Amino acid sequence: MTQLALVIDLNVCVGCHACVTSCKEWNTSGPAGSMVDKNPYKEDPTGTFFNRVQSFEIGTYPQTETVHFPKSCLHCEEPPCVPVCPTGASYKREEDGIVLVDYDKCIGCKYCSWACPYGARELDEKQKVMKKCTLCVDRIYDEDLPEKERLPACVMSCPTSARLFGDIHDENSDVSKAIREDAGYQLMPEWGTKPANHYLPRRKVKMTIHKDELERVDNPLSKEERKTHNAPSDSPSLEDMTTW
Amino acid sequence: MHPAFSVIFLTTLIGAGQGLFLALFTGQIFSQFKLMPEQHDSNFYVIGSIIAVGLMAIGLFASFFHLGHPERAWRSAAKWKTSWLSREVIALPAAMGAISLYGAAHYFGFTTPLFTMPGGTEIDATLLLGLASTFTVYTLFICTGMIYGCIKFLQEWHSPLTVINFTLMGMASGFAVATALSAYMQTDLTKFYAVWAILFTVLAFVFRVLSLVRNKKIKPKSDMRSAIGVNHPNIRQMAQGSMGGSFNTREYFHGKKAGFVRNMKYIFLVLAFIVPLALLVFSLGASSWVIPVAAVGIQYLGLIAERWYFFADANHPQNLYYQQIS
Amino acid sequence: MKTIPIVDKTPKTQAQGVEVKTTTCYMCACRCGIKVTIKDGEVRYIQGNPDHPLNKGVLCAKGASGIMKQYSPARLTKPLLRKPGTERGAGEFEEISWDKAFGIMEERLGKLRAEDPKKFALFTGRDQMQALTGMFAKQFGTPNYAAHGGFCSVNMAAGMIYTIGGSFWEFGGPDLERSKLFFMIGTAEDHHSNPMKVELAKFKRNGGRFIAINPVRTGYAAIADEWVPIKPGTDGALILAIIHELIKLGLYDREFLVQYTNSAELVDMTPGSHEEGMFLRFEVPEEEGCFDPQNKLWWDRDLDIPISTHTEGVDPYLTGEFTLEDGTPCKPAFQLLKERVEDYTPEWAEGITGIDADTIRRLAHEMGIVARDQKIELPIQWTDAWGKDHDSVIGNPVSFHSMRGLAAHSNGFQTIRALSILMTLLGTIDRPGGFRHKAPFPRPIPPCPKPPTGWDDVKPNTPLNGMPLGWPADPDDLFVDDDGEAIRLDKGFSWEYPLSVHGLMHNAITNAWRGDPYPVDTLMLFMANMAWNSSMNTGEVRKMLVDKDEEGEYKIPFIIVCDAYHSETVEFGDLILPDTTYLERYDAMSMLDRPISEYDGPVDAVRIPVLPPKGDCKPFQDVIVELGSRLKLPSFTKEDGTRKFKDYKDLVINFETAPGSGIGFLAGWRGKSGEKSLKGEANPNQWEMYEKNNCVFHYELPKSFQYMRNWNRGYLHWAQEHNMTRYDEPINIHVYSEILQKFRLAAQGKTTGRQPPDRLRKRVETYFDPLPFFHETLESQLTDTKKYPLNALTQRPMAMYHSWDSQNAWLRQIHTHNYLYVSPILGRQNGFDDGDWVWVESMHGKVRCMCRFSESLEPGTVWTWNAIGKASGTWGLDPKANEANKGFLLNHIIAEELPAHDAGEHVSNSDPVTGQAGWYDVRVRVYKAGDDEPEVTSPQFKPVKPLPGMDDRRKTKWQAYFAGGFRKKMGLK
Ligand SMILES: Nc1nc2c(c(=O)[nH]1)N[C@H]1C(S)=C(S)[C@@H](COP(=O)(O)OP(=O)(O)OC[C@H]3O[C@@H](n4cnc5c(=O)[nH]c(N)nc54)[C@H](O)[C@@H]3O)O[C@H]1N2
Ligand SMILES: Nc1nc2c(c(=O)[nH]1)N[C@H]1C(S)=C(S)[C@@H](COP(=O)(O)OP(=O)(O)OC[C@H]3O[C@@H](n4cnc5c(=O)[nH]c(N)nc54)[C@H](O)[C@@H]3O)O[C@H]1N2
Ligand code: SF4
Ligand code: SF4
Ligand code: SF4
Ligand code: SF4
Ligand code: SF4
Ligand SMILES: [Mo]
Repeated sequence: MTQLALVIDLNVCVGCHACVTSCKEWNTSGPAGSMVDKNPYKEDPTGTFFNRVQSFEIGTYPQTETVHFPKSCLHCEEPPCVPVCPTGASYKREEDGIVLVDYDKCIGCKYCSWACPYGARELDEKQKVMKKCTLCVDRIYDEDLPEKERLPACVMSCPTSARLFGDIHDENSDVSKAIREDAGYQLMPEWGTKPANHYLPRRKVKMTIHKDELERVDNPLSKEERKTHNAPSDSPSLEDMTTW
Repeated sequence: MHPAFSVIFLTTLIGAGQGLFLALFTGQIFSQFKLMPEQHDSNFYVIGSIIAVGLMAIGLFASFFHLGHPERAWRSAAKWKTSWLSREVIALPAAMGAISLYGAAHYFGFTTPLFTMPGGTEIDATLLLGLASTFTVYTLFICTGMIYGCIKFLQEWHSPLTVINFTLMGMASGFAVATALSAYMQTDLTKFYAVWAILFTVLAFVFRVLSLVRNKKIKPKSDMRSAIGVNHPNIRQMAQGSMGGSFNTREYFHGKKAGFVRNMKYIFLVLAFIVPLALLVFSLGASSWVIPVAAVGIQYLGLIAERWYFFADANHPQNLYYQQIS
Repeated sequence: MKTIPIVDKTPKTQAQGVEVKTTTCYMCACRCGIKVTIKDGEVRYIQGNPDHPLNKGVLCAKGASGIMKQYSPARLTKPLLRKPGTERGAGEFEEISWDKAFGIMEERLGKLRAEDPKKFALFTGRDQMQALTGMFAKQFGTPNYAAHGGFCSVNMAAGMIYTIGGSFWEFGGPDLERSKLFFMIGTAEDHHSNPMKVELAKFKRNGGRFIAINPVRTGYAAIADEWVPIKPGTDGALILAIIHELIKLGLYDREFLVQYTNSAELVDMTPGSHEEGMFLRFEVPEEEGCFDPQNKLWWDRDLDIPISTHTEGVDPYLTGEFTLEDGTPCKPAFQLLKERVEDYTPEWAEGITGIDADTIRRLAHEMGIVARDQKIELPIQWTDAWGKDHDSVIGNPVSFHSMRGLAAHSNGFQTIRALSILMTLLGTIDRPGGFRHKAPFPRPIPPCPKPPTGWDDVKPNTPLNGMPLGWPADPDDLFVDDDGEAIRLDKGFSWEYPLSVHGLMHNAITNAWRGDPYPVDTLMLFMANMAWNSSMNTGEVRKMLVDKDEEGEYKIPFIIVCDAYHSETVEFGDLILPDTTYLERYDAMSMLDRPISEYDGPVDAVRIPVLPPKGDCKPFQDVIVELGSRLKLPSFTKEDGTRKFKDYKDLVINFETAPGSGIGFLAGWRGKSGEKSLKGEANPNQWEMYEKNNCVFHYELPKSFQYMRNWNRGYLHWAQEHNMTRYDEPINIHVYSEILQKFRLAAQGKTTGRQPPDRLRKRVETYFDPLPFFHETLESQLTDTKKYPLNALTQRPMAMYHSWDSQNAWLRQIHTHNYLYVSPILGRQNGFDDGDWVWVESMHGKVRCMCRFSESLEPGTVWTWNAIGKASGTWGLDPKANEANKGFLLNHIIAEELPAHDAGEHVSNSDPVTGQAGWYDVRVRVYKAGDDEPEVTSPQFKPVKPLPGMDDRRKTKWQAYFAGGFRKKMGLK
């Protein structure tokens, strides 16, 4: 069975928010749209986004790490948000594992959002229906789009390609490989939600310097010694003693 | 969680309505089984039922304000197989319907025994409808409680205590209403109900305190480490990606200072339990209906505070992602 | 409400009524290729163009929010004139026609040009068409023209171009594709935003090691393998200590230094002579053209005699002391460098930079060893400038990138020289895995264009004699009067900032207000928010803009502002010209300006309108062409006096740098039918051909021309043939800068030519050191650092472009206001807590703001995001918007002038060599604001109201963008 998902590589994510606004941009005029903004030009502007990038500081100076952390719906394999929905508006697709909301059925009771430990759902406060990442279901199968563009908008825009997209149930997919080889992990595994989206951790490249690399005989400094010719020597030498 | 008043009203009002019905029916059973003198004034049941259904109806009405699309509310019965909310949506009208029939049966005096139990107890339509109503009412208590109790992420709620407390507080308030009603209508049941109300209030108090104790000891299952998957004791959020706030900051945070929340706890403990208890006890020796009515009013305010606190006290793991706006 | 259930597996999202057009993004200066999908006349979607060489399909947060910029309520739509009788800055405007606007300008500017052209000053900000605006200024005959470079990163441009003939920024960059070790120094976001991210990620995935040197760990530095926090303004010390260590251990590429730099060239050491510090030459011919003649000397190791450089088979000394036959003492330049860094030990640098000596040594070792031991050899044949064939191209895979963290300090020029020399020592210039040039770089050192040199070059009704901006090679190239004082309004190319190759826009308003060196009449500002984030000392500058003399006349009599949005500056205009957005106009990112070239060859790009202009918006380019034609400026006029170009579109096609030169704004599809590249006759269908080709022209050089271009004979020939450069002489790296020495000799009074005024002798002598050295920033030298111990910085957020994105409903949700980030240590010491309101005070002023504790910064540093704070009511925002009440601008406490000192009373707060604004020099203290103080940022400005013609949406509660119905639904014009 297919389970489509994003794999987000924290090792390269620079926190640029391209995925945030390209998601909003794609979705606002699409089936999930519009993505409203409240107080767009006033105090405390706020609006509906499917994807947000957050930043965290880890450790204390000078051993501080800064982690940029994009988060959208993780398309859990055991999505707790689905069974609680009283209307069936929230559902998980059999064919590809995408968790979706049918906006025509949703009554805006917010109950599903309570049942998501990740805060991945956002109520559209104008349309009063629950919204969340659709995994760009309206792009990835859209035959009107060129084939190489049948990818989520956020994946296409991400300049660091920190967002990989694919089927995590297919062992040979790039995403499965990345999870396997780069220690992909899930968020809050303690809840048993089995998020389909995975994250790849920071991986550090270090350098070891060996002593002999520092003290080398072919050091160019050796060329700088002035090669002056010595005057003939008067002091005793082997010549005085030996007869060959 | 952000306390939503629509839900606060819904749960407290239907709880009281359910409790009131149970009080009526308890009274009927007791007299039916000859445990106390028979109530001849069927008005009491009728008016009681009307009030019970009325309370539930106001609750239901309030709940619509919680919905983004009340006009689609009918859809919410669809997923009764998996969703406690869906089940509640079925159980609530069912209970209201059953209680209405129960009240109607009393009104129309369908008290002709239909058959007699082996022990000699006569079974009439009101009793059958009462039993059915009781069933729906308990179902409803379970559904309502489980809406909150089933969400494992909200550890403060995820406990049998949630269902027990919803039930007990519903009973306490319902029996208190019954006390007040019977005092007002000057039936003989006042003391009977007062005793029950005292009993349920004490029980509700005990269990609510139990849950407070439990919640105090909760160790959140998730922390920053599991939230972002970095194993370090010292993780601080620097930006949540939306400085003007988001659904996540509005829905899951009460936005009040810790002191306010603490005060709310003391307020509800006093108003929902201690004061009504004192008044009910006091009412045992007095005949004025003012005291039990006051007990009901004060208790209801206490329950609103209790429900507010119930929400505010629940800490959603998603909050780990929304700690600092910058 | 439009809600489609997503159940259909094949929804038709690319429904009927959509069309896709390509153009170039301008949500920032990076210039990514984009595809714009339009639905029913509104933008449905903007995506990166996968077929574009620059961004290869990716986008950034800004680029993806272009819709909200296009439909921003802050847009200007009508030419506006300050209402007669109202005060400037009071916000009272009336709509006028373009005809009237042109009439006003024609009359005023015509008069100025005929009488005193210097009284017209044109300053442009984030301008990507300096080729046009610069040409206009030159043709007009005013010396007073500059763009943003002077307050931006001229140190980076000049420091590197005067050393290696190219630079970072748009001129070149790190070859991350092949690099193994990468140092990013003082960069938060950069101009090359998207490509940098693309490459950085690839580099990391390829296993490269990434080290970030920055006082703050955000953005790019976040994903660094190692973060080296440094005290601001001290990188010079770090780099010099690294050089010390590399030379001490012999971890430098000797062969590279000998062959491709002036390291082995002999410097005259005769004390007191007017040739002291100059290279020895075996003959002294009249220098023809701007290149380094190959007439200098090495000291031959075998024969132990001086010998002409690059003599076949000769290996010269890099160190030592020698005496010519005539007794002239001399040393190889490298020897002087070695002596220079003798005392710059890691221990010395530790005390200055806050980085411990062991770390400094390790950094030096890492770069030295990787450069030496992990060499790359590409099987690419090439021939060097001296005729020697090489079978391969060698690379030492250590690379660097740096931007304003180095540039925006008043010691930046010398620091950047040091960095260029470090890169040179490692042998990484235009080599695989190191630094790579982008066409039209490398340039001769310095590049050929020269500024005018005296008042004779500025005449009424005559084009300026010289380029408004150029590259002085010696004191005679300065633009000064007989007393050695400035001729330009911004005092560029004067002895105060001799190599101010991008001008000093940040002083233009203050100087004009003071009338120093003279008052001007008309100040025209294009695309620069000079009343806010691009001026220093903003509060005072705003007062200067409305200040009047004794007669009650404005000190700056007439201000023309061309902007597309309601910026803070627009409020101060007398005449406002509404520009189009980037989706509505033709633009050329030209080889004559700063193109978007790649390492493998020249690239230029265009914008082609995808939407019609809104309201009466008119592209500024067309305004310039119209004005140039009306004023009958030579380049805009035919011989018979009639107008030469219909509009900008026409000009781009038909303009040639000289009649018949075949060089114009665009390099692609030249020749009658587009068959030629780079050079060729005008092609009437050039725009269409760009349009068909993703709006970009990419010329890929043969592999053998892609490396070692400073010395690559094939490339140099090619460049000359294609008129990229005039000479095909090698461009040797100036480890030792004779150019700087010339200025120093003049300051020492040893030369016969121009000399600085006495007050500046010491200054020029000190800072025009031919070898890099470390000095404290000028501001620190003149500040009581006990009182103001901290450094205050700003940096760019990736999701905002300067001031212009607060109008963007999506982006402003990400950065709604800003905090001052401070170390918790500082907070604890000074009694304030995370989130508290604090004052940040410098010796120039103070601002009140909220603070945030952060562990990812050097504890002596505080910082904030740049330009998030806004003046109340601007940018189409409600006066209560967070930007104005919680946001703040650090610029209020950064001065445009230094306190009076030896060098003068009003010396710019800038690098003494280049005039680069010293944004990051400011020293501050931070203390808790009083509990009784209001919880708003300070200073506050009187709220302004929307201008005529704007879509006022300040009170809008909900905005729901849906392409194809938005404007109608919102009831917009
Ligand atoms: N404190 C501090 N201040 C700084 C810096 C810093 O690091 N710290 N950095 C400095 C640097 S490097 C720079 S480059 C400057 C940048 O400062 P500015 O050059 O002032 O840049 P912006 O704020 O982007 O404003 C440019 C103006 O262009 C207008 N504009 C945008 N698009 C268009 C268009 O299409 N047509 C026209 N006509 N106008 C348009 C905007 O509305 C705005 O008014 O800031 C400088 N200021
Ligand atoms: N998103 C976005 N992109 C932009 C812009 C924008 O406004 N927004 N502006 C564009 C413009 S005009 C420019 S000039 C470029 C500038 O691009 P950058 O040079 O990347 O911009 P800054 O934000 O000035 O970054 C300066 C960095 O240097 C660090 N720094 C400051 N002082 C020192 C120091 O003494 N030593 C070291 N090692 N580091 C130091 C700061 O902490 C900061 O990280 O960006 C361009 N790109
Ligand atoms: S992340 Fe949340 S909304 Fe998405 S599937 Fe999992 S539980 Fe549901
Ligand atoms: S908000 Fe909508 S999707 Fe969520 S549980 Fe309620 S009906 Fe279902
Ligand atoms: S997959 Fe699509 S909907 Fe989901 S976050 Fe990415 S762009 Fe948004
Ligand atoms: S677009 Fe990519 S790099 Fe940028 S924040 Fe999103 S995931 Fe990170
Ligand atoms: S970096 Fe972003 S804003 Fe700048 S040109 Fe590219 S897409 Fe546009
Ligand atoms: Mo800049």
